[in-house]
This record gives sequence, C-alpha cells and structure tokens, in this order.
Amino acid sequence: MADIAIRAVRKSYGKNPTLHGIDLAFASGEFVVILGPSGCGKSTLLRMIAGLEEITSGEIAINGKVVNRLEPRERGCAMVFQNYALYPHMTVAGNIGYALKVAGVPKAERLRRIEETAKIVGLSDYLDRKPAALSGGQRQRVAMARAIIREPNVFLFDEPLSNLDAKLRVTMRAEIRKLHQRLSATSIFVTHDQVEAMTLADKLVVMNKGVVEQVGQPLDIYHRPASIFVASFIGSPAMNLFDAAVDVDNACLTFGGTKMVIDRALAVRLGARHITVGIRPEQCVVAPEGVSIKVDFIEELGSGRVIHSELNGHPFAATVDEHTRARPGDRVTLELPLAHLHLFDQETGRRIEIDLAPRAARNSASQQTLQAV
Amino acid sequence: MDKRAAFRSWWLPSLFALPQIILILLFFYWPAVAVLRWAFTLEPPFGGAAEFVGFANFKEVFADPLYWNSVGVSLAFALCGTLATIFIGLVLALAVDRQLPGSAPFRFLYILPYAIAGPAAGMAFRFILSPERGLMASVNAAFPDFWNPAKYGSHALILVIVVFAWKWAGYTFIFLLAGLQSVPRSLIEAAAMDGCGPIRRAVDIQIPLLAPTLFFLLVIMMTEGFVGADTYGIVARTTDGGPNHGTDVMVYRIVEEAFRGLNYSGASAQSLVLIGLIMIFTFIQFRFIERQVHYK
Ligand SMILES: Nc1ncnc2c1ncn2[C@@H]1O[C@H](COP(=O)(O)OP(=O)(O)O)[C@@H](O)[C@H]1O
Ligand SMILES: [Mg+2]
Repeated sequence: MADIAIRAVRKSYGKNPTLHGIDLAFASGEFVVILGPSGCGKSTLLRMIAGLEEITSGEIAINGKVVNRLEPRERGCAMVFQNYALYPHMTVAGNIGYALKVAGVPKAERLRRIEETAKIVGLSDYLDRKPAALSGGQRQRVAMARAIIREPNVFLFDEPLSNLDAKLRVTMRAEIRKLHQRLSATSIFVTHDQVEAMTLADKLVVMNKGVVEQVGQPLDIYHRPASIFVASFIGSPAMNLFDAAVDVDNACLTFGGTKMVIDRALAVRLGARHITVGIRPEQCVVAPEGVSIKVDFIEELGSGRVIHSELNGHPFAATVDEHTRARPGDRVTLELPLAHLHLFDQETGRRIEIDLAPRAARNSASQQTLQAV
Repeated sequence: MDKRAAFRSWWLPSLFALPQIILILLFFYWPAVAVLRWAFTLEPPFGGAAEFVGFANFKEVFADPLYWNSVGVSLAFALCGTLATIFIGLVLALAVDRQLPGSAPFRFLYILPYAIAGPAAGMAFRFILSPERGLMASVNAAFPDFWNPAKYGSHALILVIVVFAWKWAGYTFIFLLAGLQSVPRSLIEAAAMDGCGPIRRAVDIQIPLLAPTLFFLLVIMMTEGFVGADTYGIVARTTDGGPNHGTDVMVYRIVEEAFRGLNYSGASAQSLVLIGLIMIFTFIQFRFIERQVHYK
C-alpha cells in the first residue's frame, strides 16, 4: 500500500524532450491505467517510477518519500515487463524466488512462498521447467508471480498483455483485476489498448506526446473527453469528428449543407466561429429527419453493423442494429441527438464545456432514441 | 535462387582455385608431411638418405627430464594465461557494458593492446618490470630479490604470463563485450528490480548467460597459450626460455631444438606430441565443460 505523487516531472534523452511536465497523484490501493499511443512516453514515466530511468527534473514521491535518488531495489516496486524478462537459465521456481534469494530469505521459507505464489497464478505443476519450455501465457504468469512474491507496495505493468493472443488477453485481464482486489497494492498499468484501459482502470490517465491529456474515471473520460485527442482515442469505433460553423444569427450549427438548430443563448456564448463537433457512432440514430449520408461500406459486428460514410469531408461511422437494411451506395438519414454532441475548440483542441441539450430537452431526445429503435 | 555459378569447362574453375591450392600445399601439407617423415627417421650426420627409426625419436624425447619440465611449464603458462585473460577481459567488459558516462573511449583503449605484436609487448615489459629500474625496483630496494625474473624461474613465468594476459585480454574483451550486449537489457533491469546490485547481477545473470562465449574463449585461449605464435614470440623476446628452463614452454623448446640445435627429428616428434596434447585438451573441454554451458 502506497500513494504516489508525481510532481512536474520532465524527461529528456539528450536534447530530445520526451515528457513535458507530468503532474499526477495516485491514492493508495488504486488501479491506475496509463493509456496513450505508442511513443507517447508511457513506458518512460513508468520506468522513472521504478527507478530504471533517471528523472531529468521534478520529483516522484512514494508514500510521501521522494525517491528520485533511490535505487530500484529501495523503492518497493515490482515490475512486470512487456517481454516478461524471465531469466532463461533459471527454472520457474528459480525465477519466482530470485528476489527472495537476493534478499537472503532462508531456503525453507523461500520454497514455501514460491509454492504459495505459484498456486495463486496456477503454475504449481511447472516449477521445474525452464522459461523456454513454457507457453506465452505461462511465461506471463511467471512474470506476475515474480512480482507478487515480493509483496510490493507498488505494482508496475508495462504492456504485459500485448504479446498474448486475444482470448488469453481477456482472461489475463480478469485475473490481473482479481489479483489487484486480493493484494490491494497500488497498481500502475501501462497500455496502448483502450479496451484494456477501460476495463481495468479505477483511474485512467490518457497521455499524448509527453503530456497528460486527461485524468479521471474511465466512464467520465468516455462521456466527457477533455480534448479532441482523447475523444478520438477512446471508444471503438472511434468518435466521429467534423468541422462545423456556429451561426449566431440563426442560432444553429451548419455543416455539410445541414443546419442543426441550437439554443440561442448557447449560440451567443459560443460566438461565430468554426468548432469541431464530435459524436460517437453508437449515439447516431436512424430517423426520418436529420443528416443524410451515403453508405460507403458496411462492417458486420454480429450484434449490429457499422455504416461507414463521409460527412463534410471527414470519415463518419454510425452503429445501427441488425434490422437496419442498408447497402453500399444507399442514403441513410441519421439523427444526431444534441445531448450527445461534444464540442471542441479548434485552436486549443480542448473541450468546450457547453451542454447543447439542457435537461428537459435531453429527456425528449432520449425518448426519440427509444422511438427510433 | 541458386547462387552457384555454373562453369562450362573444368579448367577455368581450377585456375581460380589454383592460388589457394598452391598456398595450402606449400605451407600446410608439405610441412605436415615433412614433420611426419622427420619424426620417424634420423638424418645420418655425414649425409645420405634418412634412415627409418620407428619410435626411437619419441623414446628419446620422453626420456629427457627437460622435456617433461617444458610440458609442465606449458601447462602452467596456458592455464594461468587463459584464466587471467578471460578474467581481466570479463571485468573490463562488465565495466564498459554498464555504459556509465565517459566509458566510451575505454572500449577502444581496452582493445588496443591486441593490436600490438606479442614480442614487442614482451620487450616493453622487460623494461617495465625490470627488477633494477622498473615498477618493482622500489619494492626490491626494500625487500631485495622480492621480484627478480632474471634469477627465479617462477618470477620469469609470471612475467611472461603477465605479457600474454596484457595482450590477449583485449581479445577476450571484444568477445565478452559483444556477448554482454546481446543479453537483453530488460533482464538486467528485472534483476535490479529484484534487488540486485551490479556485482550480484553480473554473477547471477550476466555470467551464466555468457557461458557459451566463455567456453569458446577457453578453447581458443588454451590453444593459443600452448601453440600460439605469440607464446613463442613473448618467451623468446622476454626471457629466452630461462632462467634455468623456467619458462621453457613447449613451442619455444621445439623451435630452439629445430633451428638452433638443428635436431629436426627430435623437434618433429615433440610437435606431434604437442598436437596430440591439444587434441586431448580440446576433447576434454568439449566432453566435460560444454555440457554445462547453456545455449539459449
Ligand atoms: N533510451 C532512449 N533514448 C532515446 N530516446 C528514447 C529512449 N527511450 C525512449 N525514447 C523516446 O522517448 C519516447 C517515448 O518512449 P516510450 O516511453 O518508450 O513510449 P511508449 O512506452 O509510450 O510507447 C519515444 O519517442 C522514444 O523514441
Ligand atoms: Mg512502451
């Protein structure tokens, strides 16, 4: 159990800045997921917490104690590496128990704890094998066991599931979550997979290009993305984003030959300018009136289908149920409920905190949705 | 795609191969056959055809206590020299592999001695470790004869081993550094997370993973120590096999017998014994040590 504070942390490799001032605070026992595209600096941040990478400036504190100058072994963190980093010349038992051996734990106790830990991850029958004789999933478990046995204050995971096949990934995800509930150590889990992030996180940190874009609970981030980047990165299929002009005189948004009436007061608050409007594919509703699009191709999901199209020069997708018949070339009319529109400033890329559908209007919008279904 | 070139005639490819064939015949097969012939014959002192004598040359060699002395000296030289070169190369490689700031030039510096000819290094060390004027002179002033390779065979043997190690540590260093760099960095990091300091990491993780490289170097350096051109060159330039045969390694003895004593038959017999010894050693190494080596 340990809380972690990251204060104004920067990292440069030579002259190349990689992290541009990160400020984060994690509570004790939290499961934190750091999500971001490849190369955004997630691993670098994690490795700085672990002590494997020098901190260029700023400070990291674990349990209130600044650890900048501490060796990895003095920080009480355990790490699961992406490629597992198992010692190829040691048996599974040797790998799991190595930290205890280094710590000078007597052999009898060591063996007892190795067996205990192996049981937790279901490796009891493989203790005498070398890593080369294990499957990917089993190696993954050895890597986890090696971290668990140390009873660390902080668990660090660097994309531990990305080398597994899809099915195993889902199983391991559940196991990691269960394990966290059982051990209640603070866990920091780095991934580029947003599904993984959404399902695992208590607290989600979205990073891009060395800065933190948004911190919050997964659902909050899903419903109120703080920037265009977060909006496009979270959710699958990705949120539709398109350019729209605010027409203050007529109190509407115009895009691609469509006018969408909005509240006059809100239009005034927005001011006459171009903004980026976003809507999730699953929030688009097939309706008699609305935006007309031409179907380019259709993606079958089994439980539904995704219509791919174009709006105002931007790709546009809409999720519809399996009863909606449409073929490439057909025109489909979609209602874009005001309550589900996200507005973004085009200059800063940040969210504009304006709710286009006040409470009353929202209720009727959701009723409409129900009718359409 | 088939990469072999097809020739229409037989003489063109033969012509291409000819220089290599001539070189091998001239410098390998001819001397080998000559050594075989000399080892089993005796040249009459006043000319005439060589006379077949069976194993008489070998019997004479084995009956000579000085020969057995040189076998012992060679063993000591090769074993100590090999262990010293591998140990020094390993320590240097581990240090350079940590990539601490400012370590880059050392990579180059540590390899440099390998580029210097053994006899030249030997000459240099004769001065550096000279008992009267060298590094040990001040120690000798306090404790007379603490270090005197001109007087004590054991000191002389240490001297030639030092020269050998100084030169060949650069060679083992290259291989060991390459080996260390192929150990995945994440293993070292995992060990650091598991609580190891640098020395523990080296002993528990890096050295076991280097085992194939270490084994390769063991075989190469033992062979080099027994029959390497440097072994002869260093001994000849540093101690001349002395004092009192204290550094009379087998190769030095063979060359001396053949070209100073003009006893081709005795020298050839010794050569064959030496080759046999090396084969036995290499066999032992492969049989008993290679099994302990992990290949990933
Ligand atoms: N050792 C290094 N030397 C120089 N640049 C590095 C080093 N490690 C990472 N980087 C750079 O830092 C950036 C972030 O890397 P990383 O943290 O590994 O990204 P992520 O884990 O998010 O994919 C990348 O652009 C990468 O090129
Ligand atoms: Mg990474």
